[in-house]
Amino acid sequence: MCLAVPGRIEQISEAQGTRMGRVNFGGIVKEVCLAFVPEAQVGDYTIVHVGFALSTIDEAEARQTLETFRALGVLEEELSGDVEGGE
Amino acid sequence: MKYLDEFRDGAIARALADEIRQIVTKPWVVMEVCGGQTHSILRNGVDQLLPEGVELVHGPGCPVCVTPLEVIDRALAIAQKPGVIFCSFGDMLRVPGSSTDLFRVKAEGADVRIVYSPLDALTLARRDRDRQVVFFGIGFETTAPANAMAVKLASDEGLDNFSMLVSHVLVPPAIEAICRSKGNRVQGFLAAGHVCTVMGTRQYPAIAERYGVPIVVTGFEPIDLLEGIRRALVQLERGEARVENAYARVVSEEGNPAARAVLDEVFEVTDQSWRGIGRIPQSGWRLAPSYRGFDAAERFDVGAIRTVESPECRSGEVLQGLITPPECAAFGTVCTPRTPLGATMVSSEGACAAYFLNGRRKRGTNGVAAHA
Ligand code: SF4
Repeated sequence: MCLAVPGRIEQISEAQGTRMGRVNFGGIVKEVCLAFVPEAQVGDYTIVHVGFALSTIDEAEARQTLETFRALGVLEEELSGDVEGGE
Repeated sequence: MKYLDEFRDGAIARALADEIRQIVTKPWVVMEVCGGQTHSILRNGVDQLLPEGVELVHGPGCPVCVTPLEVIDRALAIAQKPGVIFCSFGDMLRVPGSSTDLFRVKAEGADVRIVYSPLDALTLARRDRDRQVVFFGIGFETTAPANAMAVKLASDEGLDNFSMLVSHVLVPPAIEAICRSKGNRVQGFLAAGHVCTVMGTRQYPAIAERYGVPIVVTGFEPIDLLEGIRRALVQLERGEARVENAYARVVSEEGNPAARAVLDEVFEVTDQSWRGIGRIPQSGWRLAPSYRGFDAAERFDVGAIRTVESPECRSGEVLQGLITPPECAAFGTVCTPRTPLGATMVSSEGACAAYFLNGRRKRGTNGVAAHA
């Protein structure tokens, strides 16, 4: 029950006085409470746990982390040509 | 989102593992606190990438595993009351109580429902005002905000047929209890990323300093885990004991202020019993006085509860990192996920289940070499 999974916010609405939204988890769409992420916008990625969004994911930070890993050096030959592989 | 897959990249994982091999000069013991991390480590073979002598031990971070037997027996008694709809996260259903489990009482006619979110239980209560809807509110800091919010919404709406059986546990006091325990071998900790999503990293510097242990906030993907382990080992080799955040794309120092505000309003910190471990001061949450009316333990009189633990089960030692599951004589013989003796074999996040499902019969092996 403890696993929190990332999904993309597709729609934001109001229900029973609470901020709700539809979040897409790789194809499965669920109704999620957004009360704890007042800053979240449509299109943001969010970590959802038991029906509540707990935080938005900082994509810039994620890329930074991956860059740091790449800078470990060993990677160029293994990843050559694929580093900027695009979507 | 491409970068999510990239956090599983095998080439990066190998590079991190190489880096770790270069750093390590002596044996170290690092604990991953969270059961979700335990499963990711064993499923992805992260432990097998580590050099000889670096040992990962599994922590008490499985909410299903540490919910006290007394609370489970109470849940069973409430679920069997006439007129009650008892709602729970799915993995609580097969956890053994003293004499039965929620699954069996459901089969015998009790109205036990598996819900995905506490909001589902609220929906049931709104729909069926003549029935009492009880939600089994367990979990760590990750789950507590959702449960607190459900109680707050019920209170705001005046839903008097909703209540919660609350048994929440807090991670930092458990880490301290492990550091203080006799026979503790843990020298560094991987803190659970999603707990810190809510609470921030602020609680940890004092602990790192007091017990001289590095604490690295770590995510759940294979390379997140390797990076967390790498950072902990760098500190250990240098004789440092700091808090580092290796999951900054999700976790901030502050945590989630909106979630913490609801937690502060609805819950108050209390001493808490952990199944298999015992009482840890200030390590749980219960409903604050103004929300006590929603406490299922007070609303339903179930009489005195006498608990009976399985004498064979050593889950307490497993949860504290004192033994690995295969060291328990019952492991894989009388105790399997289909016939579990303890919650650590039942829960999808339990360490015994993780070892069993990934074919680990012995520490550091893949099952195959168990008798070599
Ligand atoms: S293997 Fe079974 S009996 Fe042994 S500690 Fe784990 S849950 Fe308990």
